[in-house]
Amino acid sequence: MITNSDIQYISALARISLTEDEIKPMAQDLSSILDYIAQLQRLDVDQIKPTSHVLPLKNVYRDDVIKPSLTQDKALSFAVSESKGAFKVPQIVDN
Amino acid sequence: MNWNTYTAHELLDFLKQGKVSAQEIFSSLSSAIKQQDKTIHAYVRTAETADILSDARIPIPISVKDNINIDGWETTCSSHILKNYVAPYDATVVRKLKAAGAPILGHTNMDEFAFGSSTETSCYGPTRNPWDISCVPGGSSGGSAAAVASDEAIWALGSDTGGSIRQPAAFCGVVGLKPTYGRVSRYGLIAFASSLDQIGPLTKDVTDSALLLNIISGHDPLDSTSADIAVPDYTAALVNDCKELTIGIPKEYFIEGISSDVKTAVAQAMNVLKAKGARFIDVSLPHTEYAVSTYYIIAPAEASSNLARFDGVRFGLRVQPAKPRKAAIVDMYEETRNQGFGREAKRRVMLGTYALSSGYYDAYYLRGQKVRTLIRQDFDRVFENCDAILTPTTPTSAFKIGEKLNDPVSMYLSDIFTISANLSGIPAISIPCGISQNGLPIGLQLSAKPFAEEILFRIAYTYEQNTGWHKKRPSLKT
Repeated sequence: MITNSDIQYISALARISLTEDEIKPMAQDLSSILDYIAQLQRLDVDQIKPTSHVLPLKNVYRDDVIKPSLTQDKALSFAVSESKGAFKVPQIVDN
Repeated sequence: MNWNTYTAHELLDFLKQGKVSAQEIFSSLSSAIKQQDKTIHAYVRTAETADILSDARIPIPISVKDNINIDGWETTCSSHILKNYVAPYDATVVRKLKAAGAPILGHTNMDEFAFGSSTETSCYGPTRNPWDISCVPGGSSGGSAAAVASDEAIWALGSDTGGSIRQPAAFCGVVGLKPTYGRVSRYGLIAFASSLDQIGPLTKDVTDSALLLNIISGHDPLDSTSADIAVPDYTAALVNDCKELTIGIPKEYFIEGISSDVKTAVAQAMNVLKAKGARFIDVSLPHTEYAVSTYYIIAPAEASSNLARFDGVRFGLRVQPAKPRKAAIVDMYEETRNQGFGREAKRRVMLGTYALSSGYYDAYYLRGQKVRTLIRQDFDRVFENCDAILTPTTPTSAFKIGEKLNDPVSMYLSDIFTISANLSGIPAISIPCGISQNGLPIGLQLSAKPFAEEILFRIAYTYEQNTGWHKKRPSLKT
């Protein structure tokens, strides 16, 4: 069972400011999904190794050679706000 | 001429014979879109004109799902949060298509960030099923499937994380292939769940599917998860017989809840393939019932991580709340994401965040990854004794718009037969195999070992050559 305060905690982690009206339905939705998922508790998986990835790949390296990439102008072309060739964010440190 | 109603391989023949020009094909698609797309809403944006080189190898226009970057095009995953984001580069699949001479016709509608099975969660509104406009086209690549089914596209690309190519292909009566994980580069595909996502073709027949896979497959240094394995000529696998092929029928896929129409259509398909030499055996995939649960831990967990990049700094939308609550930057993140994401996107990000959070990681995410191993091992065992597995693509034909929108678990269960292929990385194809009593298409799913797409093409081609379902088209009343 997911409570309203669980939702407030998760939404802070997820950086989503849910409105008051959104909290209760979200708690209900997540509860019903987690109730369904609870079926996995029936399986004994103690000895099973987890799969994070299906391909038998380890680290993939390439030669350390500079190749063409996005120009600064193009990279900044989709910035919401920019200044002096950089992405601009709201103030994060007090003066 | 209605050039838009032909397949790509037919049009390539016509081009060779001088019966049609590439511009005429493009124009006939544009007029079909102009005429019908107000009703179907398969597209979110289209090209006005096409740059077609006179020496283009394959100048057949292609439609691309709205989560695949096209240089200079707005690319939004059908989400508010990416509105106004103009892609600064081409996805590798787009680069390959352009190199083959295929003009890009448009971006197709999708569930927001591919979170959905009905194309209803798009910020642009739903796409309608061309067979019955009160029904969903499936999802999340519903725009691509509906465009192909309504002849508003010759062929299209979608992406498949849990069935998002195959389920809409089944609902719209077209051919949809999810290639083996790693067969097609994901570079430039806006990520949903990186260990599950794969780009693939939606086409009018199996030959076009093989042709399109030929173009888009192969190793890409820009995607470290793309496989460095040679790409065969898939059209060489289009052989009209199934001699010496063994096909497994997993009992766990023939459960309560499958409509009788679907059951009958699949049984008839088995007879067709038997007559062409296929041998059928009963097999068991005992962990099938856990696939949806496993998926709804792993996919949202990966999604919550992938979608962290949409923070109001780098792309599209930025919103500062009127009243400060926390530090200015935190307020900006939280308000941007609350206004930018739709309800299902928020649900998935929240679910994934929860599954990965301290205290719940072992119970959810780690356990999900372990059950994923069990699901993979089921397939490994079964493929020791058979070349392919045959199942329905979906338990029922298309459902009504609105029917499942407010019941997430019931929506998630519509992907019950498609999810396992993503969890285990294997290729799977959906082909049309019948029409239900209410006039909607039914899909047959074939799956095979990793990198055995050729077996899928051979069986699917044989089926198609000995039936006519892929030629059936909806009669649109617009």
